[in-house]
Amino acid sequence: MTNTSGSTSGCRARRHTGIALVGAMALSLTACGGSSSSGEGKDGVVTITVNDMPPKTQPVDRKIFEADVKAFEEANPKIKIDAREGQMDPKTFAAKLAGGQLEDVYYVYFTDPAGLIERRQGADITPYMKDIPYLDKIRPEFQDVFKGKDGKIYGLPNGQYSLGLVYNRDLFEKAGLDPDKPPTTWDEVRSAAKKITDLGDGTVGYADYSKNNQGGWHLTSWIYSMGGDVAVKDGDKWKAAVDSDAARKALQTLHDMRWTDNSMGTRQLLEIPDVQKMMGSGKLGMYMAGPDNLPTIVKQFEREYKEYGVGAMPGDATLGGGNGFMFNPKATPEEIKAGLKWLQFKYLNPDRTEFNDKRIVSKDVPVGLPLDRLYQDDVQAKVDAVHAKYANLPTDNFKPFVERNGTLEQKVEPPNAQQIYAVLDGVMQSVLTKKDADLDQLLKDASKKVDALLATVK
Amino acid sequence: MKVDSLTDALPTDTADPVPALVGADPRPVAARSRRTRLVRENLVAYAFLAAGIIVFALFSWYPIVRGWLLGFQQVTFAQPAEWVGLDNFRRLFDDPLFVTAWQNTAWFTLLALVFGFAAPFATAVVLNEFRHGRGYLRMTVYLPVMLPPIVTMLLWRWFYDPGPGLFNNALEMVHLPAQQWLESENLAMVSLVLVSTWANMGTTTLIYLAALGGIPGQLYEAAELDGASVRQRLWHVTIPQMRFILMITLLLQVLGTMQVFIEPYILTGGGPNDATVTVLLLLFRYAFVYSDFGLASAMSMLLFVVLGLFSLAYLRLTRSKG
Repeated sequence: MTNTSGSTSGCRARRHTGIALVGAMALSLTACGGSSSSGEGKDGVVTITVNDMPPKTQPVDRKIFEADVKAFEEANPKIKIDAREGQMDPKTFAAKLAGGQLEDVYYVYFTDPAGLIERRQGADITPYMKDIPYLDKIRPEFQDVFKGKDGKIYGLPNGQYSLGLVYNRDLFEKAGLDPDKPPTTWDEVRSAAKKITDLGDGTVGYADYSKNNQGGWHLTSWIYSMGGDVAVKDGDKWKAAVDSDAARKALQTLHDMRWTDNSMGTRQLLEIPDVQKMMGSGKLGMYMAGPDNLPTIVKQFEREYKEYGVGAMPGDATLGGGNGFMFNPKATPEEIKAGLKWLQFKYLNPDRTEFNDKRIVSKDVPVGLPLDRLYQDDVQAKVDAVHAKYANLPTDNFKPFVERNGTLEQKVEPPNAQQIYAVLDGVMQSVLTKKDADLDQLLKDASKKVDALLATVK
Repeated sequence: MKVDSLTDALPTDTADPVPALVGADPRPVAARSRRTRLVRENLVAYAFLAAGIIVFALFSWYPIVRGWLLGFQQVTFAQPAEWVGLDNFRRLFDDPLFVTAWQNTAWFTLLALVFGFAAPFATAVVLNEFRHGRGYLRMTVYLPVMLPPIVTMLLWRWFYDPGPGLFNNALEMVHLPAQQWLESENLAMVSLVLVSTWANMGTTTLIYLAALGGIPGQLYEAAELDGASVRQRLWHVTIPQMRFILMITLLLQVLGTMQVFIEPYILTGGGPNDATVTVLLLLFRYAFVYSDFGLASAMSMLLFVVLGLFSLAYLRLTRSKG
């Protein structure tokens, strides 16, 4: 077909119009593949792209973010921040990276760094770490999440959560339970769930996820809390630990609550928004979640904080996760340095806690949720004291969580977490949808699958 | 047809300039100059055609070729892709979900044929009998197609809800036991097919209605004169007259249903216990949950081959009729 435009003369003007049109189209197509606007300007100003800017639908948070950008740029005239909405989204991450659109500094969950580091999709920031104040006060176990097998550092944590029990205090009271003393063992959870379900009128005692890897995530923390594991290190290699007494006990409890007590409702294959909706509508007694779930429920369903309580995870251990930031592998040293300065200013700045709490509390943003225990010793104590001073939430409702959570073993997510969660989703689904599920067989099959997945971990 | 004759003229014209130089026989020269004139007069048309081809090449063919290449590579997008040969395929075959996904997809396609093939045909035949309000009925049948898929899925989620859902309430009213529509391994796939059929049958029904309208009335009159019953008319007139269009929609249905994604993605997430994990859902997980684009591309290549076979059959069929 290329011959058509290169043929002999005739109808020159018309031909040229046609060719020009084609050319223009081709040009406009190639223009689509632009790159992000970061880089060093001629006057030595470094522009960096960062994400995590709240959307316009959250005007208060957005205003605070914009004010922080302004303050940071004033304090650092050689750095310009080009902020973008959104956080890490696995669905678009690779496309953004391939198309040169990935931000220089991007938000990740604790489940992401291991894979990103292995695929070399994050920049090594080890050489720039010495200038970060309070780095030695950030809990080492959270910093480790961002360390590669080569010992290098690929990012910084900025938030952390532990799973516990979010519960409805009114339903507890109605069911004759003490809302200040949430269950601390799974047996207590079971009997409390039964009492709440007995209230009738469509009330569900306990709900759990079983879809889109969230079932596997929660089953993992069930198993942790019963003293088990899903993967253990055996020398250099990882192997499955799913087929254990702890896992069997977890499944049996779930099975009995679902089928013997009927305290988990009839609808299954739930995920986060479904369960939050149940909690928001006042029909759910308890579910496994971190305290960070409360603002969503309160905001989305127009509830009040005083209606809810948070307890620590029943059993002996809990699953902890969190989030942080990593850097575009194509970022220059100047961009990485500027990005680290921004992270330190905005997210890792215990000195700014008072300023922050003071300004958000006047805007009716919740202060006092038991979150972000990112630091150690005196630094964390100082941060906690400031939060306590400005708290605008009924912090007594979170006491059961705060007091017991510190005594629990905090366990991180397994390697290849998302793939393992996909396998365990199936186990969770079987138990919750099949009355005659063969628990031993389920665990045996899952163990085999997890072993196959772990064989690919280097 | 016009485009065909132009493209046919083109290679002879440009590939063989010798007769013009030699000019031995006046007749071919006349034919040639006529062709040249034709080409010249249509240069702008070619230019516009080229635009279409460039767009197709960039947005359809290039991604397909790239996709095939990715199937043999380990891709991270941060570093140059690494060639791994058939490794991705080997890993695919090792995945226990691989066989499950193909089985589930085949099962979905089969069920979709049972429900989705018969339902629009029956609806079209019934609608065709109406003398009044035909336009209104057609629109009603087509309405679900106009709903955004996500709305359809949320609506059906409420229908299927084992608690206050519409279906279980209806069953309860006639004293039948409530069902676990999406939560039971046996029922989940059937439930998904029902949603899919309801959401998509409008288009096929309209095609059938158009085809039914094209059947000559005399055939029915003759059949009636011979004393044919409604069933006999359907069997001996309608179905033979519609055979071709039925074959085409059957193949299109297979092609469409093998790519089922949104129903299991939104309603079941592949559960319960992997009973609704389909090929596209697994492919989606490979690419966007595990960021393993090589594995996803290898999977899409296999799907491409299978769908390609059906497409070939479709082309054969349309060509033989044409």
